[in-house]
Parts: sequence; C-alpha cells; structure tokens
Amino acid sequence: MVPVDQYLWLSLALFTIGVIGVLTRRNVIIILMSIELILNAVNINLVAFSHMFGTVDGQVFAIFVITDAAAEAAVGLGIILAFFRNRETLLADEMDMLKW
Amino acid sequence: MVLNSILFYFFAALAVGSAILMVTRRNVVHGAVYLITTLLATAGVFLLLQAEFLFIVQVILYVGGIMVLFIFVIMLVNLDISLLQYQFNRQRFVAAVLALALGAQIFLAIKMGQKSLFPQASVPEILPKNTEAVADALFGHFMLPFEIASILLLVAMIGAVVMAKRRV
Amino acid sequence: MSHFITPSIMRLVLPVLYAVVIVAVLPLLAGYIVLMERKVMADMQARLGPMRVGPHGLLQPIADAVKLLLKEDIIPEKADRLLFWLAPLVSVTMALLAYAALPIGPAFQIADLNIGLLFILAVSSLGIYGIVLGGWASNSHYSLLGALRSAAQLVSYETAAGLGLISALLLAGSLSMRDIVIAQYDQGMWFIFYVPIGFFIYMVGSIAETNRAPFDLPEAESELVAGYMTEYSGFRWSLYFLAEYANMIIVAGIATTLFLGGWLRPFASFHDHLPGTPIELLDALPSLLVLGVAAYCFFLAPKQPVKIQKLVMALVGGLCLAIAGILAGSLFASPAVLQGVHGAFWFMAKVFAYLYCFLWFRFTFPRYRFDQLMRLGWRFLIPLALVNLITMATALLISREWGWSLRITSILAIVVTLAVAMWLAKNDQVDSAVPVAEGE
Repeated sequence: MVPVDQYLWLSLALFTIGVIGVLTRRNVIIILMSIELILNAVNINLVAFSHMFGTVDGQVFAIFVITDAAAEAAVGLGIILAFFRNRETLLADEMDMLKW
Repeated sequence: MVLNSILFYFFAALAVGSAILMVTRRNVVHGAVYLITTLLATAGVFLLLQAEFLFIVQVILYVGGIMVLFIFVIMLVNLDISLLQYQFNRQRFVAAVLALALGAQIFLAIKMGQKSLFPQASVPEILPKNTEAVADALFGHFMLPFEIASILLLVAMIGAVVMAKRRV
Repeated sequence: MSHFITPSIMRLVLPVLYAVVIVAVLPLLAGYIVLMERKVMADMQARLGPMRVGPHGLLQPIADAVKLLLKEDIIPEKADRLLFWLAPLVSVTMALLAYAALPIGPAFQIADLNIGLLFILAVSSLGIYGIVLGGWASNSHYSLLGALRSAAQLVSYETAAGLGLISALLLAGSLSMRDIVIAQYDQGMWFIFYVPIGFFIYMVGSIAETNRAPFDLPEAESELVAGYMTEYSGFRWSLYFLAEYANMIIVAGIATTLFLGGWLRPFASFHDHLPGTPIELLDALPSLLVLGVAAYCFFLAPKQPVKIQKLVMALVGGLCLAIAGILAGSLFASPAVLQGVHGAFWFMAKVFAYLYCFLWFRFTFPRYRFDQLMRLGWRFLIPLALVNLITMATALLISREWGWSLRITSILAIVVTLAVAMWLAKNDQVDSAVPVAEGE
C-alpha cells in the first residue's frame, strides 16, 4: 500500500511545476496548460484523501474540478482566439492594451 | 502490494517528468503532448486509488476533450515565429523563486500535518461499485452543486461562442 | 500435465491467449474487410471487382499487404520527426487497446471490466491524437486541414454517439459489456427494438467517428489529397489504415453489444428442441449456413480458369467445411462450449452485417460539405439524442412506477421522439434557406 503522503508529494511537485509555468512563460497557451496542471495536482489530493477516508466525496469534488477546467479551457481558448485575431500574438507580455 | 508501489512510482515519475518537459518546451504542440502524458499518468494514479470512474472521466473529458480543444486552437493559431521568440518573461527569476517558496510552504504544511494522515483502515475484498457510488453521491448529496456546475457549463458555452464569433 | 492447468493459471493464460489471437488476426481481418468493401462497391456499380489474385480475388489482401510493406518509407524533411513517428503508433495502439473489453462470445473476452463500455469509448477517443498529431507533424497544409477537420468532426459526433448509447445503457443498467448482453437475454429482446432512434444516432455518429463516407471529409480525396495521411507512405500508412479498420470493427462491436444482442443468437430466449434431443433447432442454423457456403465453393472450384485457382477455391471450401464441422460439433458438446463457439459466430455475423451497412452508406450517399456536417451534428443529431434520452428515461420510469409494459411505453417514447425529429428537420430547412451570413 502506498502511504497517503506519497500522493501529497506528487501533487505538490505537479502544483509547483504548474505555478512556475504560469509565472515564467510568455506564451498564453502554455500558461493555460499550466493552470490545467495545477487543477490536476489538486485532483490528486482530493482523490487521495477520498481514498483515505473511504468515501467518494473527494472524487465528486474532483469531477467538479474537471468540469470547471473544461469551462475554463473553453472560455480561455475563445479569448485567445479572439485576441489572436486582433493582435496576431500569443505572448502574455504583449497583451498590454489596458496600460495605455 | 509491491506491484502497487512500483506502478505508483512509475506513474509519479512519468507525471513529474513530463510536467517539467511541458513547462520548458519551446514548441507548444510538444508541450501539449507532454501535458497529455502527465494527465494520462495521473489517470493511472487514480486507478491505483480505486477511483475507476474518475479515471475514465479524466481520460474521456480531460485527455479526449479538453486537450483536443487545446491542440485544435494551437493548430489554428500556429505561429512559426513563436519558435524563434524568447519563451520566458522578464520576471522569470523572481517568479521561479516565489513559486519555489510557495512549494516550500506547502511542503512544510504537509510535514507538519503528516502525523494526522492515516492509511485506509482496510481495503475490502470486493470493492464497492465505484461508478454507482459516485452517481449516488452526485445525484443525492451533491445535487445542488451538480446543477450549479451545469449552469457554469452553459455560461462557459455561451461565453466561448461569443468570444469566438467575429461579429456579435 | 493436466494438474498444471489450474483455474488460476487459466485466468492468467486465457486473456493473454485471446490478446495474441486478436492482434494476430486483426490485420488479416482488416485486409479482408477491404476486399469485401471492393467487392460490394463493384457489385453496386455492376462490376466484378478484384478477380486476378486468387479465385474471385480472394488472395488480393495478401498481395496488398506485401505491396505496402515493400514500399519506400518516406519522412518529409521538414516534418516533426518524433511526432511523425509517434502518431501512427498512437492510432493503432488505441484501436487495439479497445479490444480488451469487447466480448466476442461469452467466453472470448480479454477482461470483463465493470466500466467496460466507458473504457472502450475512452480509449477510442484517444485515437484522435494519432490523426491530429500526424496531420500536424507532416508540416503540410493538406495534412493540417485534414487533422483540423478530423478533430472538429470527432469531438462533435462523439457527443451524439455517446448520447445515443446512453439510451440503451438506461435499459441495461450496467456498464459491463457482459452484463449488457445478459440484460438483453433477460428482457427477451434486443435493445434496438426498444431504442431504434438511439441505434440510428449511434450509427450516424459512428460513421462520422471512423471518418467513413459520407463523412470522410478529413481524407476527402477531391479536396485534401488524402487528408492527414497525405505525407505518410509504406508501413506507417498501413498502420493508419489498420487503425481505421480496427476502429470500424470496434464501433460495429459496440453497436452489436448494445443494440443487437451481442453474442446472443436471434430469438435467444425461444427454445425449440429437435424432437428427442437436447439440440435446439435455431442452433443448427449457423452450421447449415457455413455448409452452404462450402458447397458453393466446391461447386465453383472446377470452373476456375487456372489450376492453382481451382486448388485455392477448393481449399476455401475445405476451410468452410471445417468451420461448419466445428459449429456442428459444438452442438453435441457441453453448453459452455456451444455458447462460446456459436456466440463468436453470431457476434462476427452481426459485426459484418453492421459493416455492410457502412459500405452501403458509403456507396449510396454523396459526401457532405463541412458546414452541412456540423449542422447535422449539432443542430439535428445532438438535440435528437437528448430528446430520445429524456423520452426513453420517462418511458422507463412510467413502466417502473405504474407497471405498464415497457414495450408499450417505449413505442410511445419513439413516437414522441420522431415527432420532435420531424420538427427539428423542418426547422433546419427553414434556416438553411437563409443565405449564408456575409463574412463566413
């Protein structure tokens, strides 16, 4: 049996990598994908605790998180498409029209 | 179960390795492929945790749905220039240090709380039917959040349509 | 020797054996489906089709396979080599993986998962990556357009097909492929008779999912050369080819299991014994059918023009005779053997009937335009599938609460759904008469 904290370490590693991706990359699509990675790391925690307590509540929450990720991806990618059409760029630090 | 541990460490190594590759690759499509690998490895971890239904949801919805959408958009906006541009932004060092600090904080939190963790008392010989259990929870106790999630999806769908439309 | 074969070892050995059999037989089967396709096409166009290699072209698939393997394998210079190499492998692996949960007969199943159907759907939804990544990695416009079309098409029609399947799942009450078939035996009827509209939706969706005509836009040869496969050649191309035909068998297998009673023979719960014996009349049908085919082969054999063709035809006849012998012999064996052998026969017969409908559609309907395809998927099939699901669930609820017969309530559900379908079709026509919006 794998102890519960192993799952937490795995989740921590994925979460940190995801945060680094969000904060350091310039490409918006990579940033969105890093957010997906963060959500995924959270899901591992939820399912691990759900297994620990022997209930399915954590799994239900994980399903909600995946739903949320789907909604976020749809809207996020829609914004990216609209933005790309107007500015021909995907770099986050060139999205500065509000700074004028 | 030794096999269980071996499988877990295999999936964990795969997930972490391809996650690192995902945030460092220059080519966005390669990044997406590595993210898919991470998601599939996570699905394997779910299977080890006896969450079969979540495993399927992860594969069908995440890998088969959301990531296809990502790759679709990447191909629509594919820019050959972006391969020549610098991929990391100016605050990258500060950002990386801050992210690692956040990671260290969570590390400490887990270390402090580790004593209260306990393995599941006993795994029953015949596992309860996971899909039925999840359905019971979803349509019983969590009915209201479920409905709210459906409204969220509707809103997201309308939002995506409005965003992608040339002229509203 | 026999004390080595304990049940626990059998439980490990049998699935491996089945997997090896499937992996070994599938390429051959795919080749012969291609031959069947060419023959059916020829028949519908009043031609003969392949006739040269072997009697009536029976050895054509083998010649094709040899040709494909000997072809030069080209990788375009500017292609993304890693993904170009990976993509066909993904396609074929996912197609083969799906066979793990497909029950070909009550005994012939690699693993009876309790999420079997979802597993097959999940794995076959991963097959799209082979197409999309292959199209992208080729670094060619035709390939990329084919891949984009394919991604959009698969995502759209997967939803409709899945909703069509759920209407049958409601009746079965289980996700395990084996339990679904057993439920059809218990209820005494194939689910296609309860949810014909669900079957129709799944059929259209599955044609679109396997990129077959009339929905073969990703590889439309008049527009995109060969779509995502344009830059592929030789062995890699044949891997895509194998994946496509393996996927066809998979969707046919799903439809067979959910709607057409899986391995059950027609009238499975109707028992009529041959007087004085435990043999049922209907069970004698398969061996008689195959015997007829064998007799026809022997009848044709002397008429072949060349000696070697006569020999091959006689060999085919002998093969059919052997199969008929096995089918007949299992009549006298224990019920488990009988069910296993005849189950596999009926399953394959239904799969091929379903595939014949695929070919029939292909040679009957012209190809859709892409916007027509999307309109059909999103504005007709998905709403129809949702309505079908709701009416079917209501019918099930009524029959459970008020004790009405499910046969009556399901007919009511079908009538309501058909009315909605007609309304949807009428609405769609009005809309499509409006000229396409400017700027599209």
